[in-house]
Parts: sequence; structure tokens; C-alpha cells
Amino acid sequence: MRYSALSLLGNAFSKNKNWKPAWRNPDPKPNYDVIIIGGGGHGLATAYYLSKVFGVRNVAVLEKGYLGSGNIGRNTTIIRSNYLLEGNNPFYEFSMKLWEGLEQDFNFNAMVSQRGVINLFHSDAQRDAYTRRGNAMRLHGVDAELLNRDQLREKLPFLDYENARFPIMGGLMQARGGTVRHDAVAWGFARGADQNGVDIIQNCEVTGIDRDGDQITGVQTTRGAITCNKLAMAVAGSSSHVAKMVDMRLPIESHALQAFVSEGLKPFIDTVVTFGAGHFYVSQSDKGGLVFGGDIEGYNSYAQRGNLACVEHVAEAGMAMIPALSRVRILRSWGGIMDMSMDGSPIMDRTHLANLYFNGGWCYGGFKATPASGYCFAHLLATDTPHETATAFRMDRFARGYLLDEKGVGAQANLH
Amino acid sequence: MSSLVKCPHCGLRPREEFTIRGEVATPRPSAGADEATWFDHVYLRDNPRGEHREYWHHSSGCRRWLVLTRNTLTHETSDVVDASTLKTEGAQ
Repeated sequence: MRYSALSLLGNAFSKNKNWKPAWRNPDPKPNYDVIIIGGGGHGLATAYYLSKVFGVRNVAVLEKGYLGSGNIGRNTTIIRSNYLLEGNNPFYEFSMKLWEGLEQDFNFNAMVSQRGVINLFHSDAQRDAYTRRGNAMRLHGVDAELLNRDQLREKLPFLDYENARFPIMGGLMQARGGTVRHDAVAWGFARGADQNGVDIIQNCEVTGIDRDGDQITGVQTTRGAITCNKLAMAVAGSSSHVAKMVDMRLPIESHALQAFVSEGLKPFIDTVVTFGAGHFYVSQSDKGGLVFGGDIEGYNSYAQRGNLACVEHVAEAGMAMIPALSRVRILRSWGGIMDMSMDGSPIMDRTHLANLYFNGGWCYGGFKATPASGYCFAHLLATDTPHETATAFRMDRFARGYLLDEKGVGAQANLH
Repeated sequence: MSSLVKCPHCGLRPREEFTIRGEVATPRPSAGADEATWFDHVYLRDNPRGEHREYWHHSSGCRRWLVLTRNTLTHETSDVVDASTLKTEGAQ
């Protein structure tokens, strides 16, 4: 059923008793053209665009837990395309354009809110770096605006401008950036893919990958063996774990990242703000809670939780930026597992096996990329060639020396 | 991860005293090793889900490099030794 004002009204008159589940809950078929491992945002988006744009409909998405239980439901919901490098910017801008039309496209309210993203700077050198970034963005046709201190004060009067160590001098704003309701993204893509015939199979963990020479023949799962013509991995966070099933070692480490939400407050912060002197970013949800996060924990982890040391670190950075946060109580915190790649950029490529495709290494920036990642990965799966905006995310770039070092940081906190 | 780590020199110490360096990789290849060997050493990781051996530096304590064996899924530490006790066979 297509959601519309009319369907809402009709169901209201029937006391909302006739709504149908948004997607089926099918048993796995014995064979699929494409199996996507991982029913997170990227896996579901891949299935959606595969079935919608590329006409590949005999597709299964295998999800270990329930739909949306991984990073798609754990991130801080920020979207932006304020990237500097040639290899990155067009891809993230493609993603931003997809976000802008997404709700109409998949007929689901994802609460896309282009409320703006502001990155603060605290020194002359940082201003110069942000000016360069802003110029690079504008050369790529992306909106960017450098705000001086007075312009910033009008927008964000509550920042600690006179901080003794890190005075705020201004900020780089991307007005088209913003937030999206992350759960609804998973649900919208799942519903859209399901309507196109994709089987979304939940509580189905892949336990082994069957091979015949350099060909993948299928997967072993907790719900039996399934064969496939092409196998796609979209399991960021657990990429190394799954890749091990086909003896692949990756330039990736898994690290835990925490996010937080405060008690509900009256409207306070109407954009996304990031601290330039530490790792802290905050926005306010429509419900009123401040949604914020900071740095990765700094040690390899597959546990979807963090530590108090990092909670303290994030709170300190937040306080340095917005002193008023001292009165705010944190309601919840949670953790997710990040694929930290060695240059801080994702990998989307074919692999050493003929029909195995890899999508991962998103570090802590995967959410904003969800639609473009799905589109480009679907393109790769359907045509065996990378999408024009995703040609830099090659697996072999480390060996060839073509790192995509957007921020010049490595996988671990001590390389940041 | 537990908040206390048992340093072989200092006993139980708060985790904040330590700096974590990451996976105990293969020994550093010789300068003349081929590119594939260097690529493997510099970029590739085992990144296991489970037992993981990693370098920790007791930076706010005895300042010794340690090797922890830690479970990346449960965060339990099963073994801590001084890094100097590590065999460095294969290193040149």
C-alpha cells in the first residue's frame, strides 16, 4: 500500500485496525541472484536500489539480528557533504541529493531536516583549513559558507566564545546539512525493497561462505544453506569477522563509538554543531533531547558498548563548547562498532573472489552515506563497474599508495 | 572493559593510566623486504572477534610497554606481560 494523506484518513476512520506490516517476513528461498549480508542501512539501501534502479529483484538481505539493530539505529543521525577531496566530495554530494528526494522516492517519512551543519574553528590555521575546505566544496557545486564570530553569535549565542584555551573564532556552515530520523531510513528502504520483491530475512546469521575455486556458491546460515550467484558484504563493524570466512584480511580495525541523548529540553540548538578543538558534535532531536557524541574508545572492540572513561571525555568536550550543558542530564548512552579503515575512508570494491563484493570501512561516517552507498554498491553489483562517484574507494588503494586521507588520520585514536 | 588493569610491575591500576597502541603485529620487516610484505605489515589487521593481543603503554605509571591478551567481545583481559618478554623471532 502506498502511504498518503488519503490512506491516513481512511485508516483513521477504520480506527487504524487495517494497517498491514510494512514488509514481509519470508523464509529464505534456496537460491538468489544476489545475497546481501547485513540488513543495516547500507545493505537495505543496496537492495532497494538494486531492485528499483537496476532491475535485479531476486535478492535476499540476510540480517543477523532484527532490522535496524546495528549502526543504522545507533548513529547520531547527521547528514552532510562537507568533504574536501576529489574522491570523496562528489560521492557525499550524490548522497545529499538522494537524501533530498528520498522521502518522495521511497514513500516514507524519514524526517529529513536540512537544519544546517556548523563546524567551529578556534585558530587562524584552522580558519585557513576550513576556508580551503569550503572553497573545495563550492568548486564541486556544494554549498558552504564561512561564518565569522559575529555571524555565529547570532545563530549560536550559547557557545563559549571566550574559552581560554580554545576561543571560538567562527565556523564553516553547510546549510543543506542536517539530520534524518535514522530508524525510518532503515524502515523506508526495507519497505521499498520488500515491495520490489526483495526478501528481507531477519535473525539469520551467516556462519560460513561456500566456495568453489574462486567462485562463491552460497552461504551457510543459522536458517540453512542458501546459494547465490553474487554475494555482497555490507557488514561494516564486523567486516573483518565476515571476511575471515573467505580468508581475507582487511585494512580495518573494529572500534566502539558511543552516542548519547539527554533529557528532553525546550528548543535550544537548531543546527548541528561540531567542536573544532576536540571530538564533540551535538544536535537537538525533534523530541527535544540533545543528541551528541565524541571520539572512538581507542581500543579494538566488537562489544556494542563503551566505557565511562569516554563518557567523561565527551562530557568534558561538550562542556568546553557549551557551558550550559553542565545542567543537562544524560538520559541514555549506547555504543556501536565502527569499521575503522587505515586512511579513514570507506572501501567499496570487488574482491579477490570473482563474485564477492565488499562494502565497508565507513569509520564513523557511514550514516550520511547510506543512500549513495546503496546506489553505488548496487551499481557495482549490477554492472561490475564502480559508479562514477565511487571510483576512489578501491580495495587496492593502500597497496598502490593512493590513500584517501580526508582528515589525515588513522584507524586508532592515537593516530588522530 | 574493566576499569582496572593488572600491570605486571605496578599491580592493579586504573585504565586511564594506560595508552593503547593496538594489535601486536608481525615483526617489522627488513628494509629490503618486498612491497607485499610491507603492505601486509603496515595496513592489514587480523582484527579478531575474541582473543586479541595488543600493545599497551603504562604511560602514567612505570612507562613500560606491555602486551595484553584481551577479548574484544567481552573486554575481559586474560593475560598481561611485559613486552620485553615477547619473542621477536623473524625480526631482522
